[in-house]
Amino acid sequence: MKYLSEYRDPELVSQYLEEIKRTVTKPWTIMEVCGGQTHSLVKNGLLELLPDEITMVHGPGCPVCVTPLNLIDKAVYLAEEKKVILCSFGDMLRVPGSEKSLLEAKANGADIRILYSPLEAVKIAKENPDRQVVFFAVGFETTAPANALSVLHAKRAGLKNYSILASHVLVPPAIAALMSDPDTVVQGFLAAGHVCTIMGLEEYYPLVDQYQIPIVITGFEPVDLLQGILMTVKQLEKGESKLENQYTRMVSEEGNVNAKRTIHDVFDVTDRMWRGLDVIPKSGYQVKEDLSLYDANVKFEVTIDEAPEHAECIAGDIMKGLKKPIHCAQFGKKCKPSNPLGAPMVSSEGACAAYYHYSGETELVEA
Amino acid sequence: MSKMQLTCPMPKLDFDVITLGHGSGGVLTHKLLDAGVFDLLHNDHLSQQHDGAILDLNGRSAFTTDSFVVNPIFFPGGNIGELAVYGTVNDLAMCGAIPKFLSLGFILEEGLRMEEFWEVLVSIKAACERAGVQVVTGDTKVVDKGKGDKMFINTSGVGTVMAKADISISNVKPGDKVIVSDELARHGIAIMSVREGLEFESDIESDTKDLSQIVRKAIEQFGNDIHITRDATRGGVATVLKEIAEKSELGMDLDYNQVPITEGVQGACEMLGLDPMYVANEGVFVSVVSSAIADEYVELLRSDDASRKATIIGTITEDHPKQVIMTSAIGGKRVLSMLPGEQLPRIC
Repeated sequence: MKYLSEYRDPELVSQYLEEIKRTVTKPWTIMEVCGGQTHSLVKNGLLELLPDEITMVHGPGCPVCVTPLNLIDKAVYLAEEKKVILCSFGDMLRVPGSEKSLLEAKANGADIRILYSPLEAVKIAKENPDRQVVFFAVGFETTAPANALSVLHAKRAGLKNYSILASHVLVPPAIAALMSDPDTVVQGFLAAGHVCTIMGLEEYYPLVDQYQIPIVITGFEPVDLLQGILMTVKQLEKGESKLENQYTRMVSEEGNVNAKRTIHDVFDVTDRMWRGLDVIPKSGYQVKEDLSLYDANVKFEVTIDEAPEHAECIAGDIMKGLKKPIHCAQFGKKCKPSNPLGAPMVSSEGACAAYYHYSGETELVEA
Repeated sequence: MSKMQLTCPMPKLDFDVITLGHGSGGVLTHKLLDAGVFDLLHNDHLSQQHDGAILDLNGRSAFTTDSFVVNPIFFPGGNIGELAVYGTVNDLAMCGAIPKFLSLGFILEEGLRMEEFWEVLVSIKAACERAGVQVVTGDTKVVDKGKGDKMFINTSGVGTVMAKADISISNVKPGDKVIVSDELARHGIAIMSVREGLEFESDIESDTKDLSQIVRKAIEQFGNDIHITRDATRGGVATVLKEIAEKSELGMDLDYNQVPITEGVQGACEMLGLDPMYVANEGVFVSVVSSAIADEYVELLRSDDASRKATIIGTITEDHPKQVIMTSAIGGKRVLSMLPGEQLPRIC
């Protein structure tokens, strides 16, 4: 497949692995920010092919994992009590809220629909003028333009029954928060390629300067990841801290200008609670005040308190890179995709789910 | 299928939608069945119109049942009717049986258009002819509008087990070869491409088809060298393989590079964030056979339209019992587990 098979070429993979082995002289801990990268690393068996000196830790870049509990509770409440048509991306449905997941609410009769695009939700709102339709707008900068566009489409169509429950989170403030943590073990970052496809590079220069760490914008295929790791290791070995772009076929310096404009037309930056990580200042998007008609938070005035996480879930430590899924006492025991204690076990981008699905519980990942 | 429709015009009826009365057992039910089902699916057993069918089965028999709730009922490459026939026929075939007789139970939703019902019936007839089975008994119920997705179908089937068949998990041995009969994941992706809210343009069609003829040929030729045949429907190939590993208490080594997948399906899976190893098939079966006959077995499968892309994808091993380990496209290793729940498309 064009643009995919080239980046899954076994020959190139072994060349990069060789070069990483030749370059590395001491142990380094590198965090891949995005859950898509985590899954690719584990699914392709890359973690065991890397030299022992390199430890990959898995970052918070799984939108489903960091969506706060009380927002899931809110979505459940809107679907069950306010009888809205609650539309959501598929992998949000299984994530446990404090009492139940959206999938359980759906089984109890709530009208919850799985969509692939928020513009479909606008269509549903047009077709159901007597019902309120809410789109659960979860995600990083990557999904923000389409979610913003749905608001603009609804406004243009004069719809009064469409709103979004926005839970957007932003990567650069999360990197800053991780680096400000005195316990951090991270020495270099593979930044999320798709986020930067939208946002460009500008927000990342201050991070490399302030925290003196290498950041390499990286893609998702095996060759991308190994190239990104090699670029990071080269910097670390030389004691450099630069911003580099491995994913040049997608990411430009300025990003997608139109998409950024759409985001800024609809959203303001706000403080945001990250599940497992606490509140991070200026790390999320909320719907602008003059568009509050399309903000489910305003429209339905729901206040639900933040519920405590399951006591045995160590999702926060995993997303900070302090622990790996296999270090959790309940991994594969009490906590499984069919009965998750925390979000990273259910999401298709969650680190725990990646380890569980592709690594045979524990045997193959000990390295 | 369009040819069949030309030869099976819908009878003239004084109704064009299904109403609750068509499930009442009274005049309307008889109108529906007489005008449609009995004539179309005619055979000696069915035309008795008795409460049940009296069958003459010799020797070991296989018996299975399956319910079909696919939404939408018409999808690229097929519809719920042929799916209901092939699904049950294929289950019998996987037991080493020659499928003979089916029951056919309909649960119809009030308001279903008669044309749609007829189109499903006609494709049931065509599928039965292709698979060499007869519908010998049936049932029709109608539920209130909103209580069903147009139509649900249950079929049960009986067949006679071939004398040469010896299909059992206890026959699986280290060194045996693991074979898939065709390209993966086409049914699940075809359904997803037309599901409300997820529609995307593609020319991927469901692989729903009769597997009984090819399995029968294979058993005639290779007999007890065929240790397992399993239909890889819901849960996909991965779930079936994991089940074989667990029940046989043996391990399995697979090579992803050998797994037959079309570029279109691979692309759709990339887009939706799905793993083709877990996506449903309706015309792919997994076999575990003696290594001595594996190449000939694949050759036979490839000679039949139902299994043109048959490929050896792995080997049974004593190492890592109960574990299925797959070498990835780039040479890394990963473990295959069972599908934990419904496959849900991802966010980004």
